[in-house]
Amino acid sequence: MASAPSKLYADDVSLVVVLVDTNPFFWSASSLSFSQFLSHVLAFLNAILTLNQLNQVVVIATGYNSCNYIFDSSSDLNQSFENGRMPVMCSSLLQKLEEFLIKDEQLSKEVPEGRIKSSLLSGSLSMALCYIQRVFRSGALHPHPRILCLQGSPDGPEQYVAIMNAIFSAQRSMVPIDSCYMGAQNSAFLQQASYITGGVHHKPQHLDGLFQYLMTIFATDLHSRSFLHLPKPVGVDFRASKFYYLLNFGGSFILGNFCFILDIAQLPCFIYKQ
Amino acid sequence: MNNGGARRMNGGGEEDDDEDYVNGDLDAWERTYTDERSWESLQEDESGLLRPIDNKALYHSQYRRRLRSLSSTATAARIQKGLIRYLYLVIDLSRAASETDFRPSRIVVIAKHVEAFIREFFDQNPLSQVGLLTIKDGVAQCLTDLGGSPESHIKALMNKLECSGDSSLQNALDLVDGYLNQIPSYGHREVLILYSALSTCDPGDIMETIQKCKKSKIRCSVIGLAAEMFICKHLCQETGGTYSVALDESHFKELILEHAPPPPAIAEFATANLIKMGFPQRAAEGSISICSCHKEAKVGAGYTCPRCKARVCELPTECCICGLTLVSSPHLARSYHHLFPIAPFDEVPPFSLNDPNHKLQRNCFGCQQSLLNPGNKPGLLVVCPKCKGYFCLDCDIYIHESLHNCPGCDSFRHSKADKE
Repeated sequence: MASAPSKLYADDVSLVVVLVDTNPFFWSASSLSFSQFLSHVLAFLNAILTLNQLNQVVVIATGYNSCNYIFDSSSDLNQSFENGRMPVMCSSLLQKLEEFLIKDEQLSKEVPEGRIKSSLLSGSLSMALCYIQRVFRSGALHPHPRILCLQGSPDGPEQYVAIMNAIFSAQRSMVPIDSCYMGAQNSAFLQQASYITGGVHHKPQHLDGLFQYLMTIFATDLHSRSFLHLPKPVGVDFRASKFYYLLNFGGSFILGNFCFILDIAQLPCFIYKQ
Repeated sequence: MNNGGARRMNGGGEEDDDEDYVNGDLDAWERTYTDERSWESLQEDESGLLRPIDNKALYHSQYRRRLRSLSSTATAARIQKGLIRYLYLVIDLSRAASETDFRPSRIVVIAKHVEAFIREFFDQNPLSQVGLLTIKDGVAQCLTDLGGSPESHIKALMNKLECSGDSSLQNALDLVDGYLNQIPSYGHREVLILYSALSTCDPGDIMETIQKCKKSKIRCSVIGLAAEMFICKHLCQETGGTYSVALDESHFKELILEHAPPPPAIAEFATANLIKMGFPQRAAEGSISICSCHKEAKVGAGYTCPRCKARVCELPTECCICGLTLVSSPHLARSYHHLFPIAPFDEVPPFSLNDPNHKLQRNCFGCQQSLLNPGNKPGLLVVCPKCKGYFCLDCDIYIHESLHNCPGCDSFRHSKADKE
């Protein structure tokens, strides 16, 4: 077993797991093109790695049909140095991203019209949390992990339970989930995620200045956030304000809310809304 | 007791100075060895060489046993679980609780783990309520009423840890029965008794009390710290609870945390009910209103009951004015994983590891850790029965105990089974 070099992890060392939305249905209709978006994101990732030599970045792609790891700055393959010890990561990241997109498209099947074209956020969140647990297990000295979701696709109601499970697990492990939403409407899931876990949620007004939003809001490490004035949650939409009758079916509890109304055929209960 | 006797022989003059560690004959590092004899867990193989202790596999096999015992009870078609629980924790503060066979004393260990249990309980059952009861000098007293805020229970408990007198099981059960009869019928009534004594001083016939509890549908469980008692076993059998006796502190922690997830509901008693709940809106920033729980004016940052428009400070709670249960959707969402559990992963049998499909996935799907041991030999791994993704043991434990999502199943829109 190779001995790890002794590192002194100060408070401001971060591990940022970035979940990049690659849903083609969203990007084909967005004002910002996917390649422009990638140039903003790559500059941002390089900046994070420059902020502190011990910072780590992991990129997971959230696709329409699948999710996968794209990049890990701490793996041996990415440690090539050039021009003053700046790691060269762009080419490997882009190559793996292209392979992922090709494979994701091959997995496509016929989709009935009218379905919401959401990406698989719950899958990439779960993978990110498993990776962060591995970092926690590696010992007492490790960077402070957080998750950043760069999402544009609308919320998929069928993922509600899985996303809530992931959010509560992140809350227990004290991993903040930041979210930058680039879509048209608001994302209730991401607002809730950032609110519950203590992260920052923002919906940029001008997408062509995305790099500036990323640098000023999402680049700071967790320790320094206490000194900064970051966007606060304003009226998180918990879908409150309505009455729901809950059916206590034989001692178990089945709730109908806006998400489950789609899956009502599977549940042996009825929901009455006043 | 045998346990204390053995330690007396080991410690020499230490027995008199049990409470006074400063003046003990042994140094502190020596004292830890008198309690945990870690050399006893070493094993030798056939040739007499020491076998390395594989903690990870041990831990994982314990976890698998736990999972198997849980899933065996849930194999019935649809197991119903009580999600709105009203649990009374009965803590025995008789003189037996000050015994020092648990370091530093039984009551300190109990208090420490009760605090962890209460937090875990509210984490897994946000809609439920807990109350605390104590038995001291033969009398049962209510320490805190049924409530949904963990801090108030923990604070009340930590103040009152003096032990004296006898223990009385019947008085405790009578008191609990009186309190739990007042709660609505859709709630699940439970009692968890942490019993240190080996006897009980009862004013009447405890069998009658047990029958009364059974008729009131109260599920009584007991965790004993001394030895197994027939009356506790009988109580638990009659009411459908579980009885266990803790062997040491870590076993006690495991036993008490087993009561945090909702138990299967007693099928013949469960009835279908409609429960009215409200989802309050957050009050506007800067609005001034009189808070109904503290009876004073507060600015902003509260919730408004949708029925009577009273202001409450925190959720979940019951509106003081109109009695409506107020929750927010994340509170309910915390309980969803009890209703939609994920299937346990299957262990991968060694003979299938040479099959070509395995060679394609060298890393754990969740954390990307290498699944191969040094020397390219396959390590221990598990596979999800639905998506056929391979996971390492640590991810298996994390996924089933905390995350409740399979990353493989959630990362593929069209399941792999469709393609085969």
